[in-house]
Amino acid sequence: MTLVQVVVSGLLLGAIYALFSSGLTLIWGMMNVVNFAHGDFVMLGMYTAVVVWTALGGGPWASVPIAAIVIATLGIASYFLLVRHIMRGPMLAQILGTFGLALFLRYSAFNVFGASFRTLPDTLVGGSFVLGGIRFEGARVLAGGVGLLVTLALHFMLTRTAIGSRMLAVSEDATAAQLMGIRPQRMQALAWGLAGAATGIAGALIATFFYTSPTVGETLAIVAFVTVSLGGFGSVLGALIAGLLIGVVESVAAFEIGPVYKDVIVYALFVLVLWVRPQGLMGKQ
Amino acid sequence: MVSVSRRTAATAALLAFGLSGSAFAQSTVKVGIIYPLSGNAASAGNYEKMAMEVGAEIINNGNAELAKILPFVSPTGGLPGLKGAKIQLATADNQGTPAAGANQTLRLITQEKVVGVVGAYQSGITETASAVAEKYGIPFVNPESVAANLTERGFKWFFRVTPVAADFAHAYSQFLKEQKAAGKKVDSIAIIHENTEYGNSVSKVISEVFKTDGLNVTQNIAYSANSTDVQPQVLQLKEKNPDVAIFISYTSDAILYTKTMKEQNWKPQILIADDAGFNDPKYVKAMGAEVEGLISRTSFGAGKPGSVPAICDELYKKKTGGDGLDDTSGRGLQGFFVLMDAINRAGSTEPAKIQAALKATDLKQNQMVAGYHGVKFDAKGQNTLASSIVVQMKKGQYVPVWPKANATADLVLPYKGW
Repeated sequence: MTLVQVVVSGLLLGAIYALFSSGLTLIWGMMNVVNFAHGDFVMLGMYTAVVVWTALGGGPWASVPIAAIVIATLGIASYFLLVRHIMRGPMLAQILGTFGLALFLRYSAFNVFGASFRTLPDTLVGGSFVLGGIRFEGARVLAGGVGLLVTLALHFMLTRTAIGSRMLAVSEDATAAQLMGIRPQRMQALAWGLAGAATGIAGALIATFFYTSPTVGETLAIVAFVTVSLGGFGSVLGALIAGLLIGVVESVAAFEIGPVYKDVIVYALFVLVLWVRPQGLMGKQ
Repeated sequence: MVSVSRRTAATAALLAFGLSGSAFAQSTVKVGIIYPLSGNAASAGNYEKMAMEVGAEIINNGNAELAKILPFVSPTGGLPGLKGAKIQLATADNQGTPAAGANQTLRLITQEKVVGVVGAYQSGITETASAVAEKYGIPFVNPESVAANLTERGFKWFFRVTPVAADFAHAYSQFLKEQKAAGKKVDSIAIIHENTEYGNSVSKVISEVFKTDGLNVTQNIAYSANSTDVQPQVLQLKEKNPDVAIFISYTSDAILYTKTMKEQNWKPQILIADDAGFNDPKYVKAMGAEVEGLISRTSFGAGKPGSVPAICDELYKKKTGGDGLDDTSGRGLQGFFVLMDAINRAGSTEPAKIQAALKATDLKQNQMVAGYHGVKFDAKGQNTLASSIVVQMKKGQYVPVWPKANATADLVLPYKGW
């Protein structure tokens, strides 16, 4: 019974991993840029939830849409003010550019919010409940559920809609897309906005059951990078599958073998998959 | 201008006469203190410095109440054993680096001519600073560095007052045995620790001490402090359901464990947290309400009014403008007093005589600022009577509950949680 509980907890955790990785993979897929500030976008989404709760007393119903708008705006602003310019430079400039953005956001958060750990009351999402002998926590169920919905919605938007086709066209060949009457910059800004919105939603939901601090993005970013490269850079569906896989493997390994070894197991699996499929589970060749 | 300088000269002359007249009766003893006043640990270092300044003021101005308990404090001021000599502090900044620690100690000894040094907070800096003092034959009293190797170097001039991991382990062991005798269930004990030097070494020592004391450690869980998820570990605990759980954690993981234990609705009969993350004011502020009855340790408890720590705490609050003595500054002031006691008994400013007096130190429990059983050094210079106070979380703050001498509230078991 406990093992079933472990697997269920792992699946929920995996859906949350997928949620905060989808923004990272979207930006990579669209423009071949790795956003090293991704973890700090999540962090700011979390602080948005903290501020919404402390200033307005609002739970996730208020903080999720607000965080989505705030981080989407941040994403679009980052694109126009920074990314658009550094994309013309060498690869190293792109890496260091977003890395600089990450440090700027992190230490701005230190300046504004201080180094303290903040937590939201766990009653915000209605505590926990037992179903069929399995214990569920409201906040995680909500985050996991929304995680599934958002990643699937992003996936369908990219693969089944006209705007998705246009975005993919820009990512394949910006000049050709421009000749077809698509404005590449507008599509790329849209990608940063969408990625920001998904990341903001993720942050606001994670804040309901995790601690919030200026450095929390560092801890989360590592998981996001592993999830994205395992799933295949650029594939939202891949991030979802990889997230779920990592969540379950990590939980079961920590329970059965020991928490110190869980990373060994996860990274061994990671190396093995990339050895067989260097493009990741769902990545294109 | 002329009149001013004339007056100054006259005053100076008067002062010089005055001093030389009473020099025999009242001299000054120069003591070095070396702490991180800049760098990462500057906050702790400055609190330590203020604690030493309060200590020097107590000696120099005298304190009628403390004079009744502490032989080195006089009611009117000055060290009684040294003809009322006053203490002068020579302060040095170790800048948070072992090299500066060594250089500054050298300056204190060769230029300031101090008769003893107190410091230096970080274990790594205490190591280099005390090596300089050892070379020059000047007593070095260390109030707070816990690295085990410091007292394993065969030094003759190094004296450590703080408890080390083995002392914490003995305190927990004694505490749990008392609870067992009182009819509480302590048959199975789980130790959950983060897996760097701190967590590994403390958990190892606790396991060893518990084993010799006949306490049954049934689970030992090591984890990484920057984990994103601790549910599997809490489920492991829930499955085995130990009577006692001991956490050795930093702050972020302490918060995650607290939240996850509530989510999974698991609590042991006795929950112990080894200081560190669980004592971080940030943790206490964020999670205090969720861990009612949590047990932890500290080396400082203000205790009852009129006791040495209570009086010192009052004086210290005046100095800092509100902040009371805590685990670090409390141990710091204790270390400073140990040196004062030795100089007072030596009745001399000769380093060798102070060293001999330090070796013969025998301070009792009621003379302690920190919550130790007393101060008595072994051949290696480690205080053998150092120990910890057990505190319990009550309504969002820790209060001393054990041993009885330091307790201000009753121990309430089982652990209540949220």
